[in-house]
Amino acid sequence: MFVRKKSINPASYRASSDLVPLVLAGSRAAIARMISRAEGEYDEAAGALAQLYRHAGRAHVVGITGVPGGGKSTLISALIRACSTGDNKVAIVAVDPSSPYSGGAILGDRIRMSDSAEASQAFVRSMATRGHLGGLARATFQAVDILDAAGYSPIFIETVGVGQDEVEIMTAAHTVVVLSPPGLGDDIQAIKAGVMEIADIHAVSKSDRPEAAATATAIRGMLALGSETQRSSWAPPVLTLSAPSGAGIDALKQAIDSHLLHLMESGEMVTRRRAIARTRILATINHLIRRRFDDGAETMATQLAAVTERTSDPSTAAEWLLGLNRADLA
Amino acid sequence: MTLGRDEDKMAGPEPQPTPSIRVLVAKLGLDGHDRGAKVVARILRDAGMEVIYSGLYKTPAQVVDAAIQEDVDVIGVSLLSGSHVPLFGALCKSLRDQQADHVLVVAGGVIPEHDYDALIESGVDAIIPQEAGSELIITAIRDLVAARGRI
Repeated sequence: MFVRKKSINPASYRASSDLVPLVLAGSRAAIARMISRAEGEYDEAAGALAQLYRHAGRAHVVGITGVPGGGKSTLISALIRACSTGDNKVAIVAVDPSSPYSGGAILGDRIRMSDSAEASQAFVRSMATRGHLGGLARATFQAVDILDAAGYSPIFIETVGVGQDEVEIMTAAHTVVVLSPPGLGDDIQAIKAGVMEIADIHAVSKSDRPEAAATATAIRGMLALGSETQRSSWAPPVLTLSAPSGAGIDALKQAIDSHLLHLMESGEMVTRRRAIARTRILATINHLIRRRFDDGAETMATQLAAVTERTSDPSTAAEWLLGLNRADLA
Repeated sequence: MTLGRDEDKMAGPEPQPTPSIRVLVAKLGLDGHDRGAKVVARILRDAGMEVIYSGLYKTPAQVVDAAIQEDVDVIGVSLLSGSHVPLFGALCKSLRDQQADHVLVVAGGVIPEHDYDALIESGVDAIIPQEAGSELIITAIRDLVAARGRI
């Protein structure tokens, strides 16, 4: 038993700065490569990504979130068809979890989208979380920048199948659709804090099931209570749909379009863009600091030992590592 | 302490932490049996690779399209239908036509040894026999990607 192999010619590396004009011209291969380099955190790609960010900002970014198996990929497949009209170039960034043990991942969202994506010339990119919590991958934001700079809009982000608390999508998308499959819980589930609160649009999937109407009613009941902390003058609609048959898809597309119109007319788009920028800056600060200490710095090892042996404590160690002292903090 | 980017690190493609290997596991043509493909996908996942599965009944053009958008290092095709010679030929030609022949093609499934030469000739980079264990599959893919280098 043996593996029969051909001799392999080494590939040549193309500088990221050379890819920028190709991305802007819409080359799919260049877009895909830039996304990989953002994911791999190639230092060489940093300048090119910075340049592409400056070209982005035109796309409508729509987040689709909900529990695993709720129908997110199937819904996006239907939305690709509904949104690919006129000159629209639709793109999808679909996130699935990485294994906490091996770091590997099975990225399965594409299976459900490939036929409609092919028919509509949509760009579909699967992405593993690579340890990032919150429902997205760290590079999801950069992937959206790249696709945006290349002229794609709308750009759909499919989060991992979420639990109750993965709300990061609200700081990545302009419009958030929360998809709830029918029959998963009573009306208490609908009034809990977390994912249910962040919806700009509620969609109930699998509307051919008898429990779908009750699920929609529970969500409407939750919304009717109103909110003291309402972020917007927008009233989130509750829609039922069945993606395979197409029932309710046009209504959802219209709701997504109306929400964009609302954001533009009310001036809330400015607030959202600012919030997204703020989150990204803070997340990057966090990442850069962590990367510095993860790199096995000797100082980190010393502090780690001291905290483990309880001759120091986590707060003192962190402040010392950051070069802060308590007097400055007071 | 500066928290900004290390300017001197940006100069060029120096050694980087090894990026995850991305693999598209694909089924081509009229071949509805994908238990093996799913088992291989799981093996590669457990070896730390990111695996995209194409689903059934794909054409070579669809697989190449997906490979480009996903920027995979390797396409692994499992074929049990006996049409491996024409289908792999079409797949490799499509990769060349799309200037995507940096993507490595690994063949598996039921492939008689007397067809190995024809497949290698048409552009397949490695053929893994059906009795191969998981270690052999993982090593073959890692070796191919290491030989090709960073893209």
